[in-house]
Amino acid sequence: MSNEKTITLRINGKAAQATVPAHRTLLEALRGLGHVEVKCGCEKGDCGACAVLIDGTAVDSCLTLAWMAEGREITTVVGLGSGEAMHPLQQAFSDLGAAQCGYCIPGMIIAADSMLRQTPDPTEEEIRIGLSGNLCRCTGYVKIFDAVGEAAAVMRDGGETK
Amino acid sequence: MTTKAYDAPLTEPNVRYNQIGRPLTRTDAVGKVTGRTPYAGDYVMPRMLHAKVVRADLASARLARLDVSKARALPGVVCVLTAAEMPDRTIATDIPGQTGRDRLKTDQQVLVRERVRYFGEPLALIAAETADIAEQARRLVEFELEPLPGVYDPEEALKPGAPIVQGTDNVVANYKIRKGDMDAGFAAADVIVENTYRTPFQEHAFLEPEVGLAWVDENDVVNIRVSTQVIEHFRAVADALGLPHNKVRVMGAMVGGGFGGKEDVTVELYLAILAQQTRRPVRLEYTREDSFVGHGKRHPFKLIYRTGATRDGRITALDVNVIADSGAYVFLSPYVLLYCAVSAPGPYRIDNLNVFARAVATNNMFTSAFRGFGGLQACAAYEQQMDEVARAIGMDRLELRRRNYLKTGDPISTGFVPPSAIWTEKCADLAWEALGEPTPSEGSIKIGRGLAAYQQSYGRLTFLHDTSEAWVGVEMDGTVTVRSGVTDIGAGQASALGQIAAEILGVTLPNVIVYNSDSQVTPLAGTTTATRALYMTGNAARLAATAVRDRLVEVAAERFGVEGDRIKLAFNKVSADDDPEKSMPFAALVKLCAARGVHRSELAIFRAPFTDGLDPETGQGQAHPDYAYGAHAVEVAVDTDTGEVRVLKCVAAHDVGQCINRAAVEGQIHGGTQNGMGYALSEEMLYREGRLITPSFSEYLMPTAMDMPRVETIILESRSGLGPFGSKGIGEPAMTPVAPAVANAIADAIGTRVFEMPMTPERIVRALEAARAAG
Repeated sequence: MSNEKTITLRINGKAAQATVPAHRTLLEALRGLGHVEVKCGCEKGDCGACAVLIDGTAVDSCLTLAWMAEGREITTVVGLGSGEAMHPLQQAFSDLGAAQCGYCIPGMIIAADSMLRQTPDPTEEEIRIGLSGNLCRCTGYVKIFDAVGEAAAVMRDGGETK
Repeated sequence: MTTKAYDAPLTEPNVRYNQIGRPLTRTDAVGKVTGRTPYAGDYVMPRMLHAKVVRADLASARLARLDVSKARALPGVVCVLTAAEMPDRTIATDIPGQTGRDRLKTDQQVLVRERVRYFGEPLALIAAETADIAEQARRLVEFELEPLPGVYDPEEALKPGAPIVQGTDNVVANYKIRKGDMDAGFAAADVIVENTYRTPFQEHAFLEPEVGLAWVDENDVVNIRVSTQVIEHFRAVADALGLPHNKVRVMGAMVGGGFGGKEDVTVELYLAILAQQTRRPVRLEYTREDSFVGHGKRHPFKLIYRTGATRDGRITALDVNVIADSGAYVFLSPYVLLYCAVSAPGPYRIDNLNVFARAVATNNMFTSAFRGFGGLQACAAYEQQMDEVARAIGMDRLELRRRNYLKTGDPISTGFVPPSAIWTEKCADLAWEALGEPTPSEGSIKIGRGLAAYQQSYGRLTFLHDTSEAWVGVEMDGTVTVRSGVTDIGAGQASALGQIAAEILGVTLPNVIVYNSDSQVTPLAGTTTATRALYMTGNAARLAATAVRDRLVEVAAERFGVEGDRIKLAFNKVSADDDPEKSMPFAALVKLCAARGVHRSELAIFRAPFTDGLDPETGQGQAHPDYAYGAHAVEVAVDTDTGEVRVLKCVAAHDVGQCINRAAVEGQIHGGTQNGMGYALSEEMLYREGRLITPSFSEYLMPTAMDMPRVETIILESRSGLGPFGSKGIGEPAMTPVAPAVANAIADAIGTRVFEMPMTPERIVRALEAARAAG
């Protein structure tokens, strides 16, 4: 196609190139590059399953064109931590059983991380507002609120997990 | 990585196990929170094609013209299929999974041949080199639909002269329960209360839309990796393709939510057809809108309850008439209606009982399984009706219930005596008490409280003769492997099997791995539906692990020179009599067994009770293996100016028999509460002549993080269930009582009842206006 262009994306600290048309969303581009941890739930910005950090702020990658993300720092849930060195949010979600089917979790953790960067000591109401763009159908959000609260406390103590 | 596995036994009186009952970190947790767990949509293959489904945009029509020539001519399009290419293809839509029973004759056309019966019915399948090209081709398919008279209301569909959608009279199923003497029962009543309750369509709204990938391998086996609750649809797919059953293989992946919506065949048949046709791997991912129009919904019900009661709170007779909308095809409606009929009186002992339940075909979206499966719709009616009866006789709502609860050992509606404990009263009283001090009403904000108790089966209908298999083996290093076909839809089904094996073999959970969800490689476990996975497959894993344990213990007993009953397996160690001299690592015992050629694995089958069907005239007999009981209490605030409802407090009390994983049980209760709150208050599927006009999450409103209250859980363990360690099941029970509890709280708050769900602000304001007009 004539409107394709090769762009360089910085994903989880590494550069990656993608040749994509103007209408390609960041969600499609990331999944095309193998970042299948970014989930597709609605393609309309209703559910938040595809949330990633762009320069530290959560966005729905389904509402972001890939071209717009060129040169920006993109972080997915994989970039936050791994099984060997989990991010406090990942640790708390795991410890407290906050993931059920798990499909919303990559976006949920990204949204929580974005919120905690702005609000390190959130009230429950602030946690609710921070996660209000992310739908979950399994958990009633109850353990998710608990996990975000616990992770916030750990992060305020210097990021050490228990 | 820190996976919690407790190092020492807990000492609470209700916990007597090392691995069972604790809130252990599930085996699937770390993969999910780090983004490493693959779902069915995350798999790709070389030369993979991308598929699209072309759908009808009318609900009742004749397909006058279908022209796919422009789509076929588009460069990059590999295959476009219509009914013309597969005139005889049909797919069975009833009884998912294994059963020895004959199926209903309800086969459905795979693609529309001539008659369109619902909005969104598939007309054509497309496979192309890229998803973009497939979508372009979808837009190039030309079709003309000639509108035909349709019927969109089950009562209209029963009238003479109504358009016929299924069979000869649109009646898809009917069930009767007849017990006692109705005339005598109503004659003995001081009051007779009659009400009509309406429940709506509901969308499952799992976050992961239907998706899969299929390919034909070197043995001509059609392989399908798909998001499903039922890998055993491989049989239905094979029958539809005309292949032997052993040449279709369905592999699951971690499922991104099911709730009954991935119980029927979804994308797997289209994938199989396209892969067989093109001989290339094919991927099909539904858009959210595809998902909204592509799978069956919860049945809307109209339930008419007529209750006779004495002033001292004795229910003397109950007459129930139910009509459910089955939609355009017969999926699981007959079974959903049977569940409703059996549960129609709820957890109450009612000796004079008459139930008549019908499912009726219309040109609406077809309806099928959804968490609660008819038992939930019954609860929505019987628990609102109990409050109405209490009001009519001027009795406290909980007291009326106390005087009528089934007690352990009592027969239910079908005359069957559940084998387990019935702790409804304890659950209801504890839940109500836990609401604590009432919040005061203020101005137009009225506070109300409601409670709903329930009866919900776990395990499939016993006339389906359900079985489940699991394999357990121990490795030379002391690790344990479980293999079972069970699909994991997010409740921790696989992890629970790991905990069961860990408990019995005395190892810690991180030393167990579960391989699951492959129809040709893992032993067939049946469906993950009907709150049956723990009960059925958990028991199979228990049997297999116990057989292996017995052999290991025999060798250990001989080595230590003691009787077998003195051997203890716990925390990866084997010991006898707590004697440090008689102790060795579990791995050492396994090696010892291997050296002697001891069989270190076992494949076990668990069979549910097998029965005949219920008596067709009286509905008497056994329908399910057993039932779960509990209650849900809520406090709500209703703004009488705007009709807006906020749930302030929420307490769920369930007898789960025995927790396997406490955190997972709590999670099920939290999620069931969320599903039920949405059903009660905000989730509305609007259809206009069968056309869905709310096919997205910005129109179909499920509870968000802003809407959900804290949910307090009270988990009782009677240890009386038929599942492993006395467990029952919590998947469906968690949701069943939620909506009527909310309805009763709203009625308590505003002094009048909204008889139709969802109880949207509009409906509440209208009910208030009607009450004011009536004075």
